[in-house]
Amino acid sequence: MAFTNPVREHYQKDLDALRSAGIFKVERYIHSAQGADIEVEFPAGAAHKKVINMCANNYLGLSSHPDVIQAARTGLDTRGYGMSSVRFICGTQDIHRELERRMTEFLGTEDTILFPSCMDANAGVFEAILDDSDVMISDRLVHASIVDGIRLCKAQRDTFKHANMEHLEEKLKLHSDKRLMVVITDGVFSMDGDTPPLDTMAALCEKYGAMLFVDESHSSGFIGKTGRGTHEKYGVVGKIDIITTTFGKALGGASGGCVSGRKEIVELCRQKARPYLFSNTIAPVVVSGVLRVLDLLSKSTELRDKLEKNAAYWRKGLTEAGFVLKNGDTPIVPVMLFNAKLAQDFSRDLFDEGIYAIGFFFPVVPKGQARIRTQLSAAHETHHLDKALAAFIKVGKKYGILGKTKEEIVAMYGL
Amino acid sequence: METTEEVRAAVLKYVKAEYLEDDDQEIDCDTALISGGIVDSFSMVSLKRFLENRYKIQIPDDKATPEAFDSVNKITSLVETFVAGKV
Repeated sequence: MAFTNPVREHYQKDLDALRSAGIFKVERYIHSAQGADIEVEFPAGAAHKKVINMCANNYLGLSSHPDVIQAARTGLDTRGYGMSSVRFICGTQDIHRELERRMTEFLGTEDTILFPSCMDANAGVFEAILDDSDVMISDRLVHASIVDGIRLCKAQRDTFKHANMEHLEEKLKLHSDKRLMVVITDGVFSMDGDTPPLDTMAALCEKYGAMLFVDESHSSGFIGKTGRGTHEKYGVVGKIDIITTTFGKALGGASGGCVSGRKEIVELCRQKARPYLFSNTIAPVVVSGVLRVLDLLSKSTELRDKLEKNAAYWRKGLTEAGFVLKNGDTPIVPVMLFNAKLAQDFSRDLFDEGIYAIGFFFPVVPKGQARIRTQLSAAHETHHLDKALAAFIKVGKKYGILGKTKEEIVAMYGL
Repeated sequence: METTEEVRAAVLKYVKAEYLEDDDQEIDCDTALISGGIVDSFSMVSLKRFLENRYKIQIPDDKATPEAFDSVNKITSLVETFVAGKV
């Protein structure tokens, strides 16, 4: 046995270090389907508690939608449970290709390739299409999965200040001698809920001959008038060279992701992207559910419209109550508390009040930027939001932060 | 050849312009840049390139570590070591 006591102690010390640093994550067990009302066991062994979920990526409320569940059930009956193969051996069904075609149409691109997750799409795409003659220029706040994809790629790296177009232009000039340039951004930044000016970015990329990559995981299905994503919001559909997105959030919330964009890039991913080549693709049952999601979204914008109204209502309520929020107009509404311990205490007190919303702090967000990230859903009704707002106000009063500025909160609790 | 003070001032000026956002707090020459979350490992590349171009030096990857780049003072020492040809 190689797992000797010293080896065990080594790992126990690693875990203890996470606990002492206050960054040890404890999972909460949900004993119901995902939705606005959930039943949670926390801490483990405690009695189940009914709470309002204010922190899911279930933006359109489709995670437990009856039509999606029925479609998944039909998919299970007609296409089976698993494929027991990667795509290029015997793991491709007609519905996999159908979903790729439907996503191409939905996103307004040239072609699409499915991945087991968007994490895998981001991890695989750069290595498949770039080498050391090229450069990747990324926004400093892109998602961790993109950071991993960049790490796995031999191309040169640089970054620009978050959503700062002057700084991006400096970097494009600086790297104009490289063979290929790719500018990399999120469509909606998951921690701040803001969107970069994609129209300006697309124009800059055109001016300097760079490709533009956008991760639309927190926007596909609801940003833009018909929910196509950030590129629709900024009027640049067809101008984004590479889009990655997920089926694990608004689009049903199960799992899976894709790369969508220029057909040569998609084909290179099919030939070379390692997470695609060496892993089974999305299970038939999930593919069937996502196809139904796309049917629903193509018929009506009712869900994204309701989500937009919910987000505006929630943001207005919190602002009037005197909380400090990050500016934005997406369903991600961060309530800024700045101090890490305050964020954790606030989250715990909200839970006691029947509201499930998690505190985020360094290293997930920069030091001194701790917050409660709230996320809206089309599954929320006004009574959910009113109850959640009352709880936020009660806890906010307890800590004396209502109506206080950032500087005043920092003076009270530190960074 | 710049003095230590001149190198330190040049590095501090570059770090502020390249990495700080408008609403960031001020930094000094001992502020932890990488372990303090101000500069990430990808963004460090542009700092290395700035130093190499300005001081006509080559900093090998095994010397351009997050520890060596963790404050303006540490970066200044690193630059002076290479400028003096001590490596």
